[in-house]
Amino acid sequence: MKFVDEFRDSDLIAKTRDEIRRLADPGRHYRLMEVCGGHTHAIYRFGLKDVLPENIELIHGPGCPVCVLPMGRIDDGLALARRPEVIFAAFGDMMRVPGAHGSPLEHKARGLDVRIVYSPTDALKLARTNPDRHVMFFAIGFETTAPSTALTLMRARAEGIENFSVFCNHVTIIPAIRAILDSPDMRLDGFIGPGHVSTVIGCRPYEWIAKDEGKPIVVSGFEPLDLLQAVVMLLRQMKEGRTEVENQYKRVVPWEGNRAALGVMAEVFDLRPYFEWRGLGFISQSALRLRDAYARWDAERVFNVEGVRVTDPKAAQCGEVLKGVLKPAQCKLFGKECTPEHPVGALMVSSEGSCAAYYNYEHRKTAASLRILTPA
Amino acid sequence: MCLAIPGRIVELLTDPPVHLAMVDVSGVRRRVDLGLLEDDLPAVGDWVLIHVGFAMSRISESEAEDQMRMLAVLGEDAAAMEEVRGYGLEGRDP
Repeated sequence: MKFVDEFRDSDLIAKTRDEIRRLADPGRHYRLMEVCGGHTHAIYRFGLKDVLPENIELIHGPGCPVCVLPMGRIDDGLALARRPEVIFAAFGDMMRVPGAHGSPLEHKARGLDVRIVYSPTDALKLARTNPDRHVMFFAIGFETTAPSTALTLMRARAEGIENFSVFCNHVTIIPAIRAILDSPDMRLDGFIGPGHVSTVIGCRPYEWIAKDEGKPIVVSGFEPLDLLQAVVMLLRQMKEGRTEVENQYKRVVPWEGNRAALGVMAEVFDLRPYFEWRGLGFISQSALRLRDAYARWDAERVFNVEGVRVTDPKAAQCGEVLKGVLKPAQCKLFGKECTPEHPVGALMVSSEGSCAAYYNYEHRKTAASLRILTPA
Repeated sequence: MCLAIPGRIVELLTDPPVHLAMVDVSGVRRRVDLGLLEDDLPAVGDWVLIHVGFAMSRISESEAEDQMRMLAVLGEDAAAMEEVRGYGLEGRDP
């Protein structure tokens, strides 16, 4: 347990670790899923696997937006970027994600007008300053980024900016959790609920997980102590025979979420009947599209989108890893053909993808590099 | 994109219906959109968590410090500062 000593609050961490040992039934194997990719990153960074007893297994969930986006959507978006009038704008996270014919960055190198923006409003600004071009914002993300896209679209409409559109890939976390619970090869005992998504949606949308599925869920912060406390709260519920939604991250997450953010999302988006997720397949009502009132700014209606479906490279097992059926290192390509420098699948691109996290902190593990540096 | 970046509001640039603020993130000042906190607008001196140029929640100063330290420990601080420097939010300058 040498990592523990190097954490901040190491006394509290040690106490929490002891509490986990006291609460965990040694005859039982616990499978807990952290839904959020940010949690996955933190768990690997802090080496929490080494702090938890062996019978508590953390399963990495689908909460990494670039990881769950099927390749066909990237190809569809890039196909539109080939139109001479189109400027393809996306967050930096998207730039290295491979499509069937290369990533947005590779398309840029081939001469397409691909730009990084850091905010959807900056894509709208590009449209204002390039009136003879059409700026298409390739929107991705869960409920943490969807409200910002929505508010940007409301501004575009209010200002009557017509050379702007959104290629909407926003997804919602609840149906993904439902799909995982419905998956026959998945047995889970509880969930560590996402932190920042919950600042928007609050805790209420998780109630069915506790009530109908009988699984405890604890919304958690990102510090090592937060995550360990979330594990304590889950174990305590199981020991006491309770299944509830609990909020460990009260200092940031209000129970009711962010009403203004939910309001703008409801104004601009409605649910698609179904949407394809990498690894999880088609999930009904799991993604957002623009309402008819915003059709003028919906890239999928402004342009003719082919709707290509691209299967992942055969040898890559992104889907199995995304569902938590395989560990990253069990994929045949892991660390060989597929590395953060030359990613084959999206899970190796994003720092929140479980493959990149595993590669950076476990695969490259050396005695010195993994140590948690106590910040000054 | 998934980074939650803590910043302190140094100036309100609101011109309803658009609410903007000048925010200080580790010494870098950029405009940030407050439209998603419209129900309860923060004041000068308040700390907020920023996602993709939008303040998404109000937090305490100590939470802001913790979050900045977390970004550093996760090796995301450079990406966070690149994101903040990249915000080009337009002002309707008062």
